[in-house]
Amino acid sequence: MIEFKLPSLGADMDEGTLLEWKVKPGDVVKKGQVIAVVDTAKAAVDVECWQEGTVHELVAEIGQKMPVGTVMATLLEAGEKAAPAAAPQAVLPGMEPVGTVGRRMISPAARKHAEEKGVDIDKLVGTGPHGAVTLADVDKAAAAAGAAPAVTAPAAPAADKAVEMRKAIAAAMARSKREIPHYYVGEDIPLAKALAWLQAENARRPMAERLLPAALLLKAVALALKRYPELNGYFREGSFVSVERVNLGVAVSLRQGGLIAPALLGADSKPLTRLMQELTDLVARTRAGSLRSSEMSEATITVTNLGDQGTQSVFGVIYPPQVALVGFGRVIERPWAEAGGLKVLPVVTASLSADHRVSDGHRGALFLREVADLLQRPEELDI
Amino acid sequence: MIPDDIRAVAIATLKSIAPEIEADELRGDRPLRNQVDLDSMDWLNFLLGLNRKLKVEIPEADYAKLVTMDDVVSYLGRKLGG
Repeated sequence: MIEFKLPSLGADMDEGTLLEWKVKPGDVVKKGQVIAVVDTAKAAVDVECWQEGTVHELVAEIGQKMPVGTVMATLLEAGEKAAPAAAPQAVLPGMEPVGTVGRRMISPAARKHAEEKGVDIDKLVGTGPHGAVTLADVDKAAAAAGAAPAVTAPAAPAADKAVEMRKAIAAAMARSKREIPHYYVGEDIPLAKALAWLQAENARRPMAERLLPAALLLKAVALALKRYPELNGYFREGSFVSVERVNLGVAVSLRQGGLIAPALLGADSKPLTRLMQELTDLVARTRAGSLRSSEMSEATITVTNLGDQGTQSVFGVIYPPQVALVGFGRVIERPWAEAGGLKVLPVVTASLSADHRVSDGHRGALFLREVADLLQRPEELDI
Repeated sequence: MIPDDIRAVAIATLKSIAPEIEADELRGDRPLRNQVDLDSMDWLNFLLGLNRKLKVEIPEADYAKLVTMDDVVSYLGRKLGG
């Protein structure tokens, strides 16, 4: 029997509220399939299941708030049969007997749902453990009666959400500053070559396929990390684990305030056009509140890019358990001395905030130099 | 297409990206990005939205000409042959 537990979707998540099940008992679940929608302090997230099996029981109820690690559902592995019903005295937590005959059980949420739907629970066949009536049973009966809207719980109101998000950010950032000995290095990077290449590239592309400078910056970071693996991974339980795949957490500011940094998965292996498409999609879904759990939990480093409306430089706070954060300020035309001459060039200030438990300033500086060098050969970023 | 219709399309496109804006408070002669919080991705999506709705191709070299809403409306008007 596989126990599907509420995953941690980031350092700032301690608990979540189940908004919706996307599966029902008996459904076959494939690896990576979205099986539930969970509301966190930051966003409603489509939660994926990374094990294959057949849904046996949906343990968590719609609207239930639960800590990370709570068993939400059980799945049968291939070839596995459901265990026979246990002795009647084995009453499950959260379940209450229905009537006195037959020891049928139903959760308070399923009972309430049945009342709302006008479904007579005494006429239902329970498919949960010990014949318990589940929400899915109620839905099935309601559907058969011709009324079956999806079972969902409302997400928190916007004002509450903003407060919750601010608390979550505060908790994660306070933990970061408490636990991670940050060091910072910065580098001014001339972008004349990169922007000239981008301009020529965009001139021959249709509007929908044009690239933003951010795509080049992200790809340069992703490729540079391949040579500096000590910046890409997690610090957990006293030691660092490097991750081969580069999943760039991209800090996205929300229009209503707050910040989410979902992951651009496998950014090192994607050509610029695809990276740009995925970035556009990721930003749109972040702002629309439609992220997947892997995007919330698998970033191996974060990049914050202030873009063309920001300040000249930014030195960020590392998002634990990651060990580094790269910041880019606004691209500004500046005087640039080179080979005894002076010219005016577009320049961006890149910064690195990194964890001194894992790397040192010397390596951090070399990493930023690598990013700068890659941006002088923009055509090589498109691989 | 008359300028008022183009403006209405442009404002509707802008609102789809920045729903918080009050169209009545937007000054047509002031830089749009000083009035609305639009990052580079938002700006690209705004122009892309205009491209899709009005079937007008906007070369990147022309982006710098589009500073105010009035600029956007007159630019699109010329492109549409108005």
